[in-house]
Amino acid sequence: MKFGVIVFPGSSGDLDLYHLIKDVLEAPVDYIWHEDTSVQGFDCLILPGGSSYGSYLRGGALARHSPVMAAVTAFAHRGGLVLGIADGFQVLTEAGLLPGALYTNAGGRFHCHSTTLRVENPDTPFTRNLHRNQLLSIPFAHGEGNYFVDPATLQQLEENGQIVFRYADERGQPSMEANPNGSVSNIAGVCNKTRNVLGMMPQPERAGEAVLGSTDGLAIFLSILKYWEGRQ
Amino acid sequence: MWRAEIKVLLKPSILDPQGQAAEKALATMGYTGVDRVRVGKYLEVTFNAPDRTAAEAKVQELCNRLLVNTVIEDYTYHLVEVAP
Repeated sequence: MKFGVIVFPGSSGDLDLYHLIKDVLEAPVDYIWHEDTSVQGFDCLILPGGSSYGSYLRGGALARHSPVMAAVTAFAHRGGLVLGIADGFQVLTEAGLLPGALYTNAGGRFHCHSTTLRVENPDTPFTRNLHRNQLLSIPFAHGEGNYFVDPATLQQLEENGQIVFRYADERGQPSMEANPNGSVSNIAGVCNKTRNVLGMMPQPERAGEAVLGSTDGLAIFLSILKYWEGRQ
Repeated sequence: MWRAEIKVLLKPSILDPQGQAAEKALATMGYTGVDRVRVGKYLEVTFNAPDRTAAEAKVQELCNRLLVNTVIEDYTYHLVEVAP
């Protein structure tokens, strides 16, 4: 299978993703420029973290109208795997591929540190190498990661198993103290109803080698590869 | 030509960290009785439209498709006819 890393002006996680996939996972990967209009030949698209278009207007609001996004949207609607990380998560909510919105962190501060995530749903293409309630140490760095959905939508997300990760403390409890950006219900990652599109604020590509302090992020990419193998 | 003067605010149910920080600063400065500060955006968009009805439709389209995220934000606007 081949990964495609979308590059918007202002993306910064693209290089780390490319390195992780090519050098650590030794899987095929290529960049996709935001002005490209086709994603043909790719099996999993990743929208990286960073500050696309300077995060002007709102995070992800301008990137969402990049030429490549029409192809990404069609790919997602055909069931293709799409992973949005941090700024990429914002692009996916702005594009309507994921529910909700992300805005300024509660407290107004930029947060840059390691977080503990609890796996809420291992039954997605992105989490099948994990088990329910497993804890992952994955760092994040953002100022606008405060996830919001209205109460009715939140209930639907719960019922459909769309909440994939929650911020938790070291004992695995999704406490307020463990919720660094004020996200509704401690949500750190959500998928769409058909589970082929995932958005998450923490950045698993920054936890893929022991030298970085954690390899917990690898499981997400290995899950994708395993899912793909199972489909062949 | 028309000029839309658009005000965007977070919905009342959404926490406004910037507004809260400004509110605290005003209290620190000694201003009592300040109930609530909310921080939003003001946008001006100048555009062509044949008449007011078309201009209304256009500004709403621009807001809903790009300028405003209606999941978390509300907007109001004022339309002014301006010389081209």
